[in-house]
Amino acid sequence: MSTELLIFIFFSLLLVFSALKVIIVNNSVKAAIFLVLSFFCSAVLWLLMNAEFLSIILILVYVGAVMVLFLFVVMMLDINLSNIKEKFVNYLPLGLFIFLVIALLLILFFDNQFSDVDRNIVTEINILNDNNTMNLGYLLFTEYIIAFEIAGIILLLGIISSITLTQQKNNDNKYQAPHDQINVTKSDRLKIIKDEEFRK
Amino acid sequence: MQTLHSLYNILVDIILIVIPLFLIVAYVTYSERKIIGFMQARLGPSRVGPYGLLQPIADVIKLLSKEIIIPSGANKNIFITAPIIMLVPSLLVWSVIPLSETFVLANINAGILFILAFTSLSVYGVILAGWSSNSKYAFLGSMRSAAQIIAYEIAMGFALVGVLMAAGSLNLQEIILSQSGGFFHWYWLPLFPLFIIYFIAGVAETNRAPFDVSEGESELVAGFHVEYSGITFALFFLAEYMNLILISILASIMFFGGWLSPFQGTWLEIFFDWVPGFIWLSLKTLIFIFIFLWLRATLPRYRYDQIMRLGWKVFLPITLIWIFFEGIMIYYNIEPWFSYVK
Repeated sequence: MSTELLIFIFFSLLLVFSALKVIIVNNSVKAAIFLVLSFFCSAVLWLLMNAEFLSIILILVYVGAVMVLFLFVVMMLDINLSNIKEKFVNYLPLGLFIFLVIALLLILFFDNQFSDVDRNIVTEINILNDNNTMNLGYLLFTEYIIAFEIAGIILLLGIISSITLTQQKNNDNKYQAPHDQINVTKSDRLKIIKDEEFRK
Repeated sequence: MQTLHSLYNILVDIILIVIPLFLIVAYVTYSERKIIGFMQARLGPSRVGPYGLLQPIADVIKLLSKEIIIPSGANKNIFITAPIIMLVPSLLVWSVIPLSETFVLANINAGILFILAFTSLSVYGVILAGWSSNSKYAFLGSMRSAAQIIAYEIAMGFALVGVLMAAGSLNLQEIILSQSGGFFHWYWLPLFPLFIIYFIAGVAETNRAPFDVSEGESELVAGFHVEYSGITFALFFLAEYMNLILISILASIMFFGGWLSPFQGTWLEIFFDWVPGFIWLSLKTLIFIFIFLWLRATLPRYRYDQIMRLGWKVFLPITLIWIFFEGIMIYYNIEPWFSYVK
């Protein structure tokens, strides 16, 4: 058994374990930490396929930024899960239905994929050279440029819409006005009382 | 047998990096106290050993022998893991740093990305430490720190995007080599705004003065690590100083030619040929470490909303504009920095 296979087995098992833990664990902060662990495991799996760019970007974007914000929010919640869990069983039929649909779709998808492994599954891209980052960049800016640009525009829309949501002015809110703060002069803040006037 | 031998070599290399690093961290804390002392007309540590030179060792012994106190109501496992999570990424990053022409533990293709990814992980240590301590000061500190680190990480990432555009590579060794040709061929000149932003963002990333709102001893006692004692506190301390050295060494690699001699291309080049590259890198790094300490002794703490404003509304637009400008410079092959394009 080669070392790569051992690493693959270890990290894929860890990935499944941590992904299960995300939904099983009671404490939401711990769930977020397990999600981080599962991102790590999938990054290692990508690394095994020589896709170093994708795997490091996964850590950089999802672990380094997205999950930090998640933790940020989750930490401030104080949810008593036992109250919510009381009526969980009511959702069982719906949950089972969704699970079955997804499982069916996955089976259909992978059944097709694995029937002709060499043709269907891309294990490496060697267009320019063996540098994964260069190949990926080349593909993104030539063959997949439209999809790439559309993804960029969708993200931009997301940014703009979330900012407009927070920009709704409310008279109860207090804002800093940096422009006014900078323009403060000495005469606004400082009042010199003459000695003679003071004595009167 | 072959793999065993290379494994042995890697282990020796790791020890060669880590042990001196710990010693350097110890003496950076000493020089910090000494330099800030002199800047404020004090003596700094002067009792333990000649000129107080044994002070860091006394500190280490003190920290190791202290009791680890776990506050009541704290989440014990996470409380203990948080300092480890803080330390490990800052150690890992050292594996890709090229310390000389030949000595680098892992000369990987995506060096810059690796560094960005793993430096962004240390925020978990801060957040988890603050959350698991079950203390409002620690929690406030970690909240502030998380927001600050995310804000400045983006500006820092964009500054490094500028460097990799100029070098045309993500590999650190290639980035250094593409700067060869002397002092004015280094990237600090064409990428000057990015260099300034990188360094300031680096100060903010390490949570040091004037951006130390997450520790802010006059507001939050000691911020996120207020409940930590003994060796767990020492780990936070170690991680902070290791990040400080890391930011300094990265600034000298990305913008100041790494291990390249500053006299390249001048008549002085032959006279300084015998100096190994490691010495040049260390000298450049020491200058940046000194600037870190200097900033701490000089500047007052930023107000929180001003930190956010600076990060999002000043640094981010400047980096974006400069990357656009740099694209134009690359398009017109401005010599000598952007002549790589084939």
